[in-house]
Amino acid sequence: MENYIWLIPVLPLAAFVITLIFGKWWIKEASHWLPILALAGSFGLSFAAFLQIRGAEEPVVVELWRWFSVGSFQVPMTLQLDQLSAVMCLIVSGIGLLIFIYSVGYMHGDGGYYRFFAYMSLFAFSMLMLVLAGNYLVLYFGWEAVGLCSYYLIGFFYHKPEAAAAGKKAFIVNRVGDFGFGLGVMLIFVTFGTLDYSGVFRQVGAGGASDGVLIAIALLLFMGAMGKSAQFPLHVWLPDAMEGPTPVSALIHAATMVTAGVYLVARSAVIFASAPTALLVVGAIGTFTAIFAAVIGICQKDIKKVLAYSTISQLGYMFMALGVGAWAIAIFHLMTHAFFKALLFLGAGSVIHALGGEQDMSRMGGLAKRIPATYYTLVAGALALSGIFPFAGFWSKDDILGSVWRDGQYLFWAVGLITAFITGFYTFRMIFLTFFGKPRMDEATGKHVHESPWSMIVPLVVLAAGSLLAGFLGLPGRLGVLQGFLEPVFAPANHVLGIEEHTLTAVDYVLMVVSVIVAALGIVLAWFMYVRRTDLPALLGHRLRPAYKVVYNKFYVDEFYAATVVRLTVDGSRWLWRNFDEKIIDGAVHGTAWLWQQAGRAVRPLQTGRVQNYLLGMFAGLFVIVTVVVLL
Amino acid sequence: MLSVLTFLPTAGAVVMLLFMRKRPAAYKTMALVTSIITLALSIYLAAGFETGSGGFQFVEDFSWIPSLGISYHLGIDGISLILILLTTLLTAVSILGSWNSIKDRGLAFFISLLVLETGMLGVFVSMDLFLFYFFWEIQLIPMYFIIGLWGGARRVYAAIKFFLYTFVGSVLMLVAILAVVWWYAKNGGPLTFDILTLQQAGFSGSLAIWAFVAFFIAFAIKVPMFPLHTWLPDAHTEAPTAGSVILAGVLLKMGVYGMIRFCVGFFPDVAVKAMVPVLILSAIAIVYGAVMSLVQPDMKRLVAYSSVSHMGFVTAGLFTFNQQGIEGSVLQMVNHGVLTGALFMMVGFFYERTHTRLIKDYGGMAKPMPVAAAFFSLFVLGSLGLPGLSGFVGEFLILVGVFQYAKVFAVIASVGIVLGAAYLLWMYQRTMFQQADERWLSLKDLNAREIITLVPLVGMAVWIGLYPHPFLNLLHAPAANIMAQVQPYLAENSGALLGLAGSFFGGF
Repeated sequence: MENYIWLIPVLPLAAFVITLIFGKWWIKEASHWLPILALAGSFGLSFAAFLQIRGAEEPVVVELWRWFSVGSFQVPMTLQLDQLSAVMCLIVSGIGLLIFIYSVGYMHGDGGYYRFFAYMSLFAFSMLMLVLAGNYLVLYFGWEAVGLCSYYLIGFFYHKPEAAAAGKKAFIVNRVGDFGFGLGVMLIFVTFGTLDYSGVFRQVGAGGASDGVLIAIALLLFMGAMGKSAQFPLHVWLPDAMEGPTPVSALIHAATMVTAGVYLVARSAVIFASAPTALLVVGAIGTFTAIFAAVIGICQKDIKKVLAYSTISQLGYMFMALGVGAWAIAIFHLMTHAFFKALLFLGAGSVIHALGGEQDMSRMGGLAKRIPATYYTLVAGALALSGIFPFAGFWSKDDILGSVWRDGQYLFWAVGLITAFITGFYTFRMIFLTFFGKPRMDEATGKHVHESPWSMIVPLVVLAAGSLLAGFLGLPGRLGVLQGFLEPVFAPANHVLGIEEHTLTAVDYVLMVVSVIVAALGIVLAWFMYVRRTDLPALLGHRLRPAYKVVYNKFYVDEFYAATVVRLTVDGSRWLWRNFDEKIIDGAVHGTAWLWQQAGRAVRPLQTGRVQNYLLGMFAGLFVIVTVVVLL
Repeated sequence: MLSVLTFLPTAGAVVMLLFMRKRPAAYKTMALVTSIITLALSIYLAAGFETGSGGFQFVEDFSWIPSLGISYHLGIDGISLILILLTTLLTAVSILGSWNSIKDRGLAFFISLLVLETGMLGVFVSMDLFLFYFFWEIQLIPMYFIIGLWGGARRVYAAIKFFLYTFVGSVLMLVAILAVVWWYAKNGGPLTFDILTLQQAGFSGSLAIWAFVAFFIAFAIKVPMFPLHTWLPDAHTEAPTAGSVILAGVLLKMGVYGMIRFCVGFFPDVAVKAMVPVLILSAIAIVYGAVMSLVQPDMKRLVAYSSVSHMGFVTAGLFTFNQQGIEGSVLQMVNHGVLTGALFMMVGFFYERTHTRLIKDYGGMAKPMPVAAAFFSLFVLGSLGLPGLSGFVGEFLILVGVFQYAKVFAVIASVGIVLGAAYLLWMYQRTMFQQADERWLSLKDLNAREIITLVPLVGMAVWIGLYPHPFLNLLHAPAANIMAQVQPYLAENSGALLGLAGSFFGGF
């Protein structure tokens, strides 16, 4: 089976190369075919891989070629297929395929049509490399490559200054996270002498490193994860990333790339399990980010921004799960989230498409009847995100809250529960503002409202079905198919933490009911404020003006960075340049030159012109050598 | 073989001078053909090179001035070979790249480039100190002309500054050369300028320290290391495109090459003592060069300061004296030559169209020039160390090397990488993206010649990025040699020095 794993990422890579080179002049409007077929091929192969790896005890490792080979630093290009990478491959290629198909309709007529599909293929390649990597350096390769694609695709409308700036911001903030990731990789190598997953994990399990080092490694890796998965305080790039086309937001900034941080921590489960302090940090950051981003989501006007903050919040849930060692459940939530958040983004895209590019919810409203297919699918996604039974989000979120409770992290649990309430509220605030009430768009836009083409609706329907049904793959307790499937990957980490399989008790059922009620209350509140008493939001916004302002301005984190880190770096650099480089160093040089000139005046005959002078000096030098040596 | 390689460019230049004075098409073709044959010859050389052996190969040794112990002694090891390949590649590329950009005195310009190539190759093949010094000085003259005659508005200032710095370096080197030769002869050895013989001499005492310092400053100016770097932004900015490419691509590497051969080769014990100071200076250079780049308004100045930062990685890697550091260092010289050379080349292409280098004058260039923007982005990404392109391989090896020695320097250097992404992408955003400036909307995209110029550089960036093995293979033996040279002193110092470094910087 080694023979075909490499094809999973390489098919989209080939599509990228061909589309990029020939797209503009030759393939043009047909640029979507090759990327779609290639990704369909990857999906098929991923499925085959999935079937083959089922129940296998050992991962399949394929060494492609020697990449680094310097003394003890031996890092080959290695792919590794195990249960975790198989699940991730299915998510990436499956959701990706639907979004590619959707894009055929959504991006139709755009001047950069070929460019869009080329970069999306490059992303698919990079992401598949990331999840199939067999060592930390190949992972890092995919990690940076998805960041690059994200950069290109956020800045897809590069003539817009905001888009260009957002792309750059995303890349640089990610680099800050990767600063830690890179050092973490080095520390792994220096500690264990290898970067291969199997070798590293075996040594960690055998107690090959001290606690301090393991904590350092875990925290450095987590720093990378915080950047990629937009966890506080490195979350600032993701909302801006919404400048990219909506399918990009759906695929890269919701379903797949941003979950790479979760994947990284889950992949390194053994390391984190052996460093409980780091694990606690992961849980705390995740929990805080979950509620922090959800609160910001309440006040956003841009439909995509709401979803962006929701994504940050949901990623926080995943880290909360990882923080208590519920690895498989974090991956489960990653999967369900991929379904319903992709659906929500694509549905939002369909709304935006219908309104001719409008993203501001204060200029929407009353669309339920006019674009029914979008409406129904979007509501399915909203119910899943809110965690309403029996939608997918219910199962995964309740699994998370349940495992947090079982671990005794009641604070995390309480915050998670409040977040569930806020989630229900902001999600349905979005639904009500978009689809209910009176239309608030201008007349010209209102007249042109139209349902999207089939290429966009079909993916919505498929994703809606997924959002309804995917939860049944991860039923709680012993019933969880996904948990059982992933068992071989996480068994060592669970062994370290002493986590055992548990049977459902009455407590679990109570917890489930509580969280559904809380989420439903959030929805009811949203209904009350945005359907029943539509005067309330403005009134509240007025009464609680200072609080509203702080939340609306996202707690001024961006402004804080601009005023401190960015300003300090740029102004400080400029000061250093003008004062140190030009005045002091160059001043010294100029002073020397001046002295030189004075000396030159004294030795008049030597001053015959610069070049001659120089030649003379050179031959004088040679002459001096000869003389000195002869005299010796 | 090495003689033919070294003097072939000059022979081509002589033919151009004698027979093609008034015919630009003819002498340009001749220059290009000469440089391509030289490139082909260097590749042929590489094909015949035995990678496994640590000794010098293709040796030519003739007594030249026997009474002074000066001989015409040539030979190469893996480090020389890899730098020779870089030299011949970049010379050919810059000749093709400046095909139409030199308007007056074209003959002299292309002759200068070819003579420069001879000088650079001579430096890398010399096994005799006298010969080394001779070539070192030879290549300065055409470079000086290239900056001073075909440069930009402040070319005279830049050329004088370049001259002044290099002159100081040359004087120091001369003194150091005389000192070591004299010391060796006085202490019972024969009078000789032979590098390999002198490497066995075992210099010690205060002479070793002073000679090391003199050599080191001479080469540090060339690299350039902080705080001896201020000639570089001016020289780079004012030099014509080909001058900048060669300057960044090859000339800076001669400084590190000199350090390897002399600072480490002659005085391994002093070099070991100098590890921490050099690493500190390198770390400063990495961050300092990066923050300078961040605020430069001129694209060429920005790339020039980024060279300071990147060369900081190179010196840092070398002075860790472990295999990853040394090999990463030499490989990074090649990567930096290719990528920074390419960046200068691209800036030159833009300049030919717009006649400005100021970032604020640009904007939205991706619209009229999508192919150029695509190439530019690839070089920018390579330069900021994206995995899969060559910059990453060198940088990461160096970081692994540095990390093993003292973690604190790896942390500081990593800050430089974050800043690298910032200044390069910020420049890219402000030049290629955003609203297109109306003045540039009618600009023509890259033509076939320009694309052909860039393709080999792209090829190198991707090749080294994904499969650096053939290049690293050349470096295993020389790196082992360097480590063997410093090994006894490393062990000797490990108690005091590494212990100190470990306790301060080791962490955990």
